[in-house]
Amino acid sequence: MAASEASSAATATATSLRHAFGGVLSFFILLLIGVLAFSIRLFSVIKYESVIHEFDPYFNYRVTQFLTKNGIYDFWNWFDDRTWYPLGRVIGGTVYPGLTLTAGTLWWILNSLNIPLSVETVCVFTAPIFSAFASWATYLLTKEVKGAGAGLTAAVLLAMVPSYISRSVAGSYDNEAVAIFALIFTFFLYIKTLNTGSLFYATLNAISYFYMVCSWGGYTFIINLIPMHVLLCIVTGRYSSRLYIAYAPLVVLGTLLAALVPVVGFNAVMTSEHFASFLVFIIIHVVALVYYIKGILSPKMFKVAVTLVLSAGLIVCFAVVAILIALVASSPTKGWSGRSLSLLDPTYASKYIPIIASVSEHQPPTWPSYFMDINVLAFLVPAGIIACFLPLSDASSFVILYIVTSVYFSGVMVRLMLVLAPAACILSGIALSEAFDTLTRSIKFQLPGISGGKSEANAGDASSASAGAQIDVVKAGKTEETAKERPSRKSKKKEKEPVEKPPINPRNEKKLLVLPFEVSIVGIILLVLLGAFYVVHCVWAAAEAYSAPSIVLTSHSQEGLHVFDDFREAYAWLSHNTEVDDKVASWWDYGYQTTAMANRTVIVDNNTWNNTHIATVGTAMSSPEKAAWEIFNSLDVKYVLVVFGGLVGYPSDDINKFLWMVRIGGGVFPHIKEPDYLRDGQYRIDSQATPTMLNCLMYKLSYYRFVDTDGKAFDRVRRTEIGKKYFKLTHFEEVFTTHHWMVRIYKLKPPKNRLRGKTKKSKSKTSSASSSKRSGKRARNPWQ
Amino acid sequence: MATATARSPIILLALISLFLHPFLSASLSPGESPKGRRVLVLLDDLAIKSSHSLYFRSLQSRGYDLDFKLADDPKIGLQRYGQYLYDGLILFCPATERFGGSLDQAAILDFVDSGHDLIIAADANASDLIREIATECGVDFDEDPLAVVVDHIGYAVSDTEGDHTLIAADDFIDSSVILGNKKIEAPVLFQGIGHSLNPSNNLVLKVLAASPSAYSANPKSKLSNPPSLTGSAISLVSVVQARNNARVLITGSLSIFSNRLFRSSVQKAGSSTRHEKAGNDQFLTEISKWIFHERGHLKALNVKHNKVGEADEPAMYRINDDLEYSIEIYEWSGSSWEPYVSDDVQVQFYMMSPYVLKTLSTDKKGVYSTSFKVPDVYGVFQFKVEYQRLGYSSLSLSKQIPVRPFRHNEYERFIPAAYPYYGAAFSMMAGFFLFTFVHLYNK
Repeated sequence: MAASEASSAATATATSLRHAFGGVLSFFILLLIGVLAFSIRLFSVIKYESVIHEFDPYFNYRVTQFLTKNGIYDFWNWFDDRTWYPLGRVIGGTVYPGLTLTAGTLWWILNSLNIPLSVETVCVFTAPIFSAFASWATYLLTKEVKGAGAGLTAAVLLAMVPSYISRSVAGSYDNEAVAIFALIFTFFLYIKTLNTGSLFYATLNAISYFYMVCSWGGYTFIINLIPMHVLLCIVTGRYSSRLYIAYAPLVVLGTLLAALVPVVGFNAVMTSEHFASFLVFIIIHVVALVYYIKGILSPKMFKVAVTLVLSAGLIVCFAVVAILIALVASSPTKGWSGRSLSLLDPTYASKYIPIIASVSEHQPPTWPSYFMDINVLAFLVPAGIIACFLPLSDASSFVILYIVTSVYFSGVMVRLMLVLAPAACILSGIALSEAFDTLTRSIKFQLPGISGGKSEANAGDASSASAGAQIDVVKAGKTEETAKERPSRKSKKKEKEPVEKPPINPRNEKKLLVLPFEVSIVGIILLVLLGAFYVVHCVWAAAEAYSAPSIVLTSHSQEGLHVFDDFREAYAWLSHNTEVDDKVASWWDYGYQTTAMANRTVIVDNNTWNNTHIATVGTAMSSPEKAAWEIFNSLDVKYVLVVFGGLVGYPSDDINKFLWMVRIGGGVFPHIKEPDYLRDGQYRIDSQATPTMLNCLMYKLSYYRFVDTDGKAFDRVRRTEIGKKYFKLTHFEEVFTTHHWMVRIYKLKPPKNRLRGKTKKSKSKTSSASSSKRSGKRARNPWQ
Repeated sequence: MATATARSPIILLALISLFLHPFLSASLSPGESPKGRRVLVLLDDLAIKSSHSLYFRSLQSRGYDLDFKLADDPKIGLQRYGQYLYDGLILFCPATERFGGSLDQAAILDFVDSGHDLIIAADANASDLIREIATECGVDFDEDPLAVVVDHIGYAVSDTEGDHTLIAADDFIDSSVILGNKKIEAPVLFQGIGHSLNPSNNLVLKVLAASPSAYSANPKSKLSNPPSLTGSAISLVSVVQARNNARVLITGSLSIFSNRLFRSSVQKAGSSTRHEKAGNDQFLTEISKWIFHERGHLKALNVKHNKVGEADEPAMYRINDDLEYSIEIYEWSGSSWEPYVSDDVQVQFYMMSPYVLKTLSTDKKGVYSTSFKVPDVYGVFQFKVEYQRLGYSSLSLSKQIPVRPFRHNEYERFIPAAYPYYGAAFSMMAGFFLFTFVHLYNK
């Protein structure tokens, strides 16, 4: 320690200029990384328009509008009577407010600076701004683990990792947009506290954790990962007071703060997701106590004490464990909530909770999606893990733990790939940086060797001194930190010093690794090529794959670009042609958009909090017309909206989602049975379809008058002619169909004003009258 | 988007005012009749105008403006420029196969569906057109075109022993709203075809039923197989009140309206009393009053609700609020709106099912009111008044009102049950302070 201090003092004058240069360079690199992170996400605005994307962002946008209009207290207490009719939804208590408050604050600041941006604009650009912040947070975190070089590399990688881009393009105004930043920043502060043992950073860490809790339900990942790491450190004998300072304040302050968020509330202490942190909290105190006693007792006395405590403790433990086992065994689910089970057993949800399984982003990912979303990082991660083991520090063990757990969780749900992405970037950044470090050092070491070959003797020192500006910066930074920290700590407690000494200066052992010159050159070229490949892929992904707003669709054909703006057409029709209090029923996917864009009351929406209500709508869609009419009428529904892709070949339409409606409906109302809609286990809508299928409301509303389009009623999504082409609607009437037939809106007919008598004679008369009308059609098309 | 949000309150206001408009206009003119008095009378033959003049005169004397036309008059039209020219229609043209002008079956049904009243008189040999209109209203005439109602026990005694097709019917519906307060003493003379009603159809009412001994058959031919319509299942005169409160009178006899039967004296077979005058006049006059909404027409207005102790109507209630609800209900008496007095008007506080069901108390001046506590459930509720009584026009009002949970600062600040916890927290704080103090300065 003293030696390194002396050497840094000696080289201070020589390297101070270079340090300054390196600092400025890093600063500009970081600035450019921020610009890159922001601008790569603007493809959606350039290619489409500045518009909110998809489904959930519309809800967030609506909430933000409410917040900016009514203030924070009204937002907190907002009871929304326009969704989940007639139950309503307490928005303030069921929403993670972080994103909304962030965007609202941004808007407020901009407006008070006389920059009159609309709320929508602010919402659209929140995600790109926060991805720049996330890159910087990645830099900080990786810098804490492996130095500034690795930090910069990781930041560049994260700025354009496709997995993160998919969730944070301009317009993708969702919780994840700010939550990933909060996640990385919380981890950074944890590592920072762990490295410095400073209570200041521990407090900041708790506040950052609070922001994460505000932003996303994924905060449980933090509150489980950090205890795991603490436990790992304790088990591997790495307990130190820095670890205690990093962990204990986080649990106490963090839990208190988390309980302030209405949506979390008592969950912060009641649910199984948080138990791990409390358990580890107890363990770390026990361990601290043991270390303290060890410090004040002589080794002999300590041994006696240990045997005493162990024998007593074991008895108590057995008793407690026995009680716990009895308690757990008496509960039917063995103490696990369905949610935890679905994370531990990936097939749990698809077996028992159709509403979770029906969401595509809750499915397990396929292998290509790993390559699509993290690309070459998938291959660099193992190298990064190895680099973290050389040598293993508290910080690098945390990163290893992070990647291992996030790989597992990303395997459970596609959506959690997003948590994997930063870990993959950090480890790849470490790997790339280490590789570059080694290769450039080898070259540098051999360059003077080619010319003179003199300085081989003090190669170790020379290489460490001249290994590149970045590493020097790190080293200097580290030594400075310790220099700053130490006196204060020394003054407090001198006797703890040997225990607390952080494992800095891991780089001293690197001097041995020198590669041949040619190999190094080739290696560098290959790495650059790999990086270039990654950049090309990321730009392609950002531009082509992940920028579609999904409310406006485009397709390229020989005639040029086709734009399908049917969704907004339909919502605009609703908002202009229906009354303010009219209720619109649709499958829950379109609930958020309907309330936000059409400003009409919906029955169910994407916040799937009430399974029964969704099942009611699913049952109505799966029922024949009359039964469906009665269900909808009892819910005061006036309009029914269905999404139909058969004309233009839009695959994610309601007919393709229909089996989920049947399953969810049948889960609550057993008279809806899935086999009734399947012919020999196959879902089909052609002439082989079952009568139940051909008579259900969804089929009728989707294919009503469809035969009028091409005369054959050929469905381009299912690639078949539909089974029943000519039919009339008795209880519904078509009121609007968009240009490409993607959205069709029907109105419930009012109950009949008069009830007809039932004379047979008159019936035959009407049928003859209508048959004469139909005869023209019959000549054109064979009837049934 | 910004402009749209700015515009939406204006749209909202406009929509509200549009929605309220009919109510406002109704409440501003309390003396106005619910229905107009222009009636179109379609006849097979202008002779009916004189042969049924007593009935027409009773209508005219009550202020109706009758417009007589032949059913095949090419200039008949119910509406012009989308406005209906008449408020009522009387079809005394049983034999007409097709109407003149633009009038057809659909036009007549549209006339009813837009809230106008209709009187249909069929007869033996009624045309398919008339039968079809009746069927659309929920009344099935006997399909045999030659069948008439025959009653060998309940016939009207006459000088010549006829074929007992002139019936003295006295099985009236028990409703003073439809038939007036004065009891109809004399039987009604009826000669014509019978019809039946679907018992599941709750919009149709049998006003005058045949006696149990009646049947519907061709009196001239021999009865080979049992008649399809028998007994009191045969309805002689029926009324329909459609869901939009349009009223329709259907009878299988045109002659029931005729001067001859109005003036005739009547003695029912087997009865010793002979009435000087048949009940036709009183019966048909009273039922016409009902058909043309001179009676049994209710209107509800001034639906008000507010928290107890406040006057203004809130946009939203909180759970467990106490609220007051009031509504005014009036009945049209033929000349003015009179307060409707009843003890069975109920209001529901409804969200998928009624959470509160309360009978409203009336002050006999038309105002019905009650007060209750909002249930401890939040959601979008409705105040619902569904009032359907025999003979009265149906009232169906619903008003949406959201009920919100407590705000964050509306809970009790200190709960007595939690005092041990407060004590624990504060003693912990004090203890920690003391400990710190001792630890720092006790060395």
